[in-house]
Amino acid sequence: MSAVGAANGAHELTKADFQSSAETRWCPGCGDYAILAAVQGFLPELGIPPERTVFVSGIGCAGRFSYYMNTYGMHGIHGRAPALATGLAAARPDLAVWIVSGDGDALSIGGNHLIHALRRDVPVKILLFNNRIYGLTKGQASPTSELGKVTKSTPFGSTDAPFNPISLALGAGATFVARTLDTDKQHLPAMLRAAAAHPGAALIEIYQNCPVFNDGAFDALTEKQTRDANVIALVHGEPIRFGPQRELGVVRDAGGELAVATVADVGEDALVVHDAHREDPSLAFALSRLAEVKDGATPIGIFRAAPREAPAAGLAAELLAAAASFGTEGLERVLNAGDTWSVSG
Amino acid sequence: MRFAGDSGDGMQLVGGRFTDATATLGNDLATLPNFPAEIRAPAGTLAGVSSFQIHFASRDIVTPGDTPNVLIAMNPAALKANIVDLERGATIIANEDAFTTRNLQKAGYEGNPLDDGSLEAFVVRRIPMNTLSQRAVEGMADVSARDALRAKNLFALGLVSWLYDRPTSVTEGWIEKRFAGRKPVLEANLAAFRAGWAFGETTELIDVQFRVPAAHDMAPGTYRTVNGTTATSLGLVAASVRSGLQLVFASYPITPASELLHELARHRDAGVRTIQAEDEIAAAGMALGAAFGGALGVTATSGPGMDLKAETIGLAVMLELPMVIIDVQRAGPSTGMPTKTEQSDLLMALYGRHGESPLPIVCACTPAGCFDAALEAVRIAVRYRTPVILLSDLFLANSSEPWRIPDVATLPKIDPAFASANGQPFEAYARNADGARPWAVPGTPGLEHRIGGIEKSQPGGGISYEPANHQFMTDQRRERIAGIEVPPLIVDADAEAELLVIGWGSSWGTLRAAVRRLRDGGRPIAHAHFHNLNPLPANTGEVLGAFKRVLVAEMNDGQLVRVLRAEFGREIDSYAVTQGRPLLAAEMERELLNRL
Repeated sequence: MSAVGAANGAHELTKADFQSSAETRWCPGCGDYAILAAVQGFLPELGIPPERTVFVSGIGCAGRFSYYMNTYGMHGIHGRAPALATGLAAARPDLAVWIVSGDGDALSIGGNHLIHALRRDVPVKILLFNNRIYGLTKGQASPTSELGKVTKSTPFGSTDAPFNPISLALGAGATFVARTLDTDKQHLPAMLRAAAAHPGAALIEIYQNCPVFNDGAFDALTEKQTRDANVIALVHGEPIRFGPQRELGVVRDAGGELAVATVADVGEDALVVHDAHREDPSLAFALSRLAEVKDGATPIGIFRAAPREAPAAGLAAELLAAAASFGTEGLERVLNAGDTWSVSG
Repeated sequence: MRFAGDSGDGMQLVGGRFTDATATLGNDLATLPNFPAEIRAPAGTLAGVSSFQIHFASRDIVTPGDTPNVLIAMNPAALKANIVDLERGATIIANEDAFTTRNLQKAGYEGNPLDDGSLEAFVVRRIPMNTLSQRAVEGMADVSARDALRAKNLFALGLVSWLYDRPTSVTEGWIEKRFAGRKPVLEANLAAFRAGWAFGETTELIDVQFRVPAAHDMAPGTYRTVNGTTATSLGLVAASVRSGLQLVFASYPITPASELLHELARHRDAGVRTIQAEDEIAAAGMALGAAFGGALGVTATSGPGMDLKAETIGLAVMLELPMVIIDVQRAGPSTGMPTKTEQSDLLMALYGRHGESPLPIVCACTPAGCFDAALEAVRIAVRYRTPVILLSDLFLANSSEPWRIPDVATLPKIDPAFASANGQPFEAYARNADGARPWAVPGTPGLEHRIGGIEKSQPGGGISYEPANHQFMTDQRRERIAGIEVPPLIVDADAEAELLVIGWGSSWGTLRAAVRRLRDGGRPIAHAHFHNLNPLPANTGEVLGAFKRVLVAEMNDGQLVRVLRAEFGREIDSYAVTQGRPLLAAEMERELLNRL
């Protein structure tokens, strides 16, 4: 994390430094295991020691994540992790603060806190585990469940349109938005790395398989036979193309909207070149809707990484310094401010 | 004395100025601002009336007074809304110019009360304040008629400043500073103020001038005027300094607690971090998150905001982290009466969370006493690692009184006693002699640990669903709070007293005034007032047992009385009132007399 310095002099950090002794209790085959292993495996490279790393989580299966990290951790209330983390980050600019949340936690009960943490650009890294289902409460529709989805709470199929978390985050003014897959051992750490390097709020949507209540929800994106046809790996500065032979590409149609075309038909120069650093989030937003375009596919990677000069940058450190130097003299000054008068004995 | 006018007439402003001039003179004082929730209710209507009452004297006084001796009525609606509070013989100073047919209609008068004899029980002074304010600026080229008219409140202030012989320099200095950049407005206000004073001095319309010399029974020291909001804010800043903890204050705008956010947002020099949260829930969460990081986490709210914070307060109970929740109570339920006072959140503070979740409750009893109450709340929160609810109310928040500024060295020191590594495996729920667990803040090597809302085992702090452990932890949480050291309940009793009147919070002044009146009449009585509501002072049972009859007076439907009856199993009378205003001393006196 750019604002948080690395340890100096201490021993070389390893994965074991970030593994707590608590027994992991997710269901066998849960995507959370892969994410936990990836996070624990990645953190040593930041050089930030466990004592200066904090995981704040909400409620749901993902919420248990903080117990499995040998860092400081707070398992909070349903949906409120961004609020808890905002207070923590305000008081402690020296810490690396991570939030772990799920689709119900972040987008339903905690939707308000999520959008405001993003708008404030609080220096926290938000891992949004999206399995499109409520797991811990045993299988109700979530705010990312597809229309028509049959669940325990929607026996006739869900009639509520789902959120697109990437679109939502971009709409809230998020300065860093990425998507990855729980089982992708290269791509997931790469996204963590990029998020950690971002100075403000960073949101990573992680498609995560729930083997009990929504098994196979992302098979089309993760299985060898289908993934090349269904996944677009976004790379900043490169033309956006995909397909088993990379034969498909993203172009702008006559109306200026994104469309999918065969590269051989339109020529490579017609392809949209991905620019994650643009101040204007409209391309990122259009990309976030690409799965819904005719012949479209699901992008993964960094949609937007456009650091913003935060008006409050450095404020936390300044105020800490002010608090430290205010002291008795400062207090006397404040208590005696305004019109005073004396009564003698 | 009470200033009353339209909400756009600047009644709160002149009330504040008169208060400052009065304080400078060394009088003891207490104030009662009263205003509608609407920012600008339709002009001239009863709904739009705003008033400011001040009670001042050359002796120690404890309430803003029940019935004003002087009412300044800037329009018919102000007269109509306030005349019910006047006793026969009171003086009414009316802005005659505002008693037009249209304004009389808007206030619901059929005739003009200044003419129809309906006010003959009062001393009525009719003064054309609009005309005189406008005449005062004649010849001033750049002052518009509108500016002059708007300055009529300063005319009224000038007049009563003469009437009570208040120093003019304080107010004139304020006008010059406040309107420094706007010369026409400055001139209009200054001219109106001086004209009001001169009017009092030169006309025979008002033939008496009152002199109220400096109070003779105030303790030596340096004083300033504070309302409860300022006193609370200063108490939190003082607690930050005395504990060495940065103050992180998160809140969401709500009347009347918003004033705390406004006030604290100005204290960046003290390192105070204020956050205007997205909602009440987040405000509580931010305070708790800051506390986890080793800061002094505080949130404040009123009315329905308390409902929303309950979930986070429950988490704080489970986490056993220091946190202060300030509830500036207002009349409920629901939106209720947002600009009127009440003491109806006590039972909610005690019991308004799911599960067994005990926490300490402190209350403020006077506006200036909010300073001490804030320090006390922080002291308990830090020492016992617990959320503390500080109950204040709208009356305390808005009411002003002189405050003897304390010597910083005499304020309690608060030791955060952060945990440090000792080579042993860290136990997050190990307890000290107070029953408190270690406050181990991130950044401390070797103390990495995870806390959360799930039940934990003692002492290790791992997740536990063991039946015996949950019972044990429930017992620990109860006993830790029950064992908090709080000062004893002080009783102010006459030797022969059979009746003890008990109150808590902002009714202190009224009860004290009523008790004094009884004593002046030679009737023995006893008074005790709670500053700590959970745990109750250890001598509470003993105090209750020492009197034949006990009466609890409170501004709710009988909350403390239920607690005391349940706790001590004795008969206790209740005087419970919910009228959205402080208890009146005269009514209280009558209640006590009826029970003697």
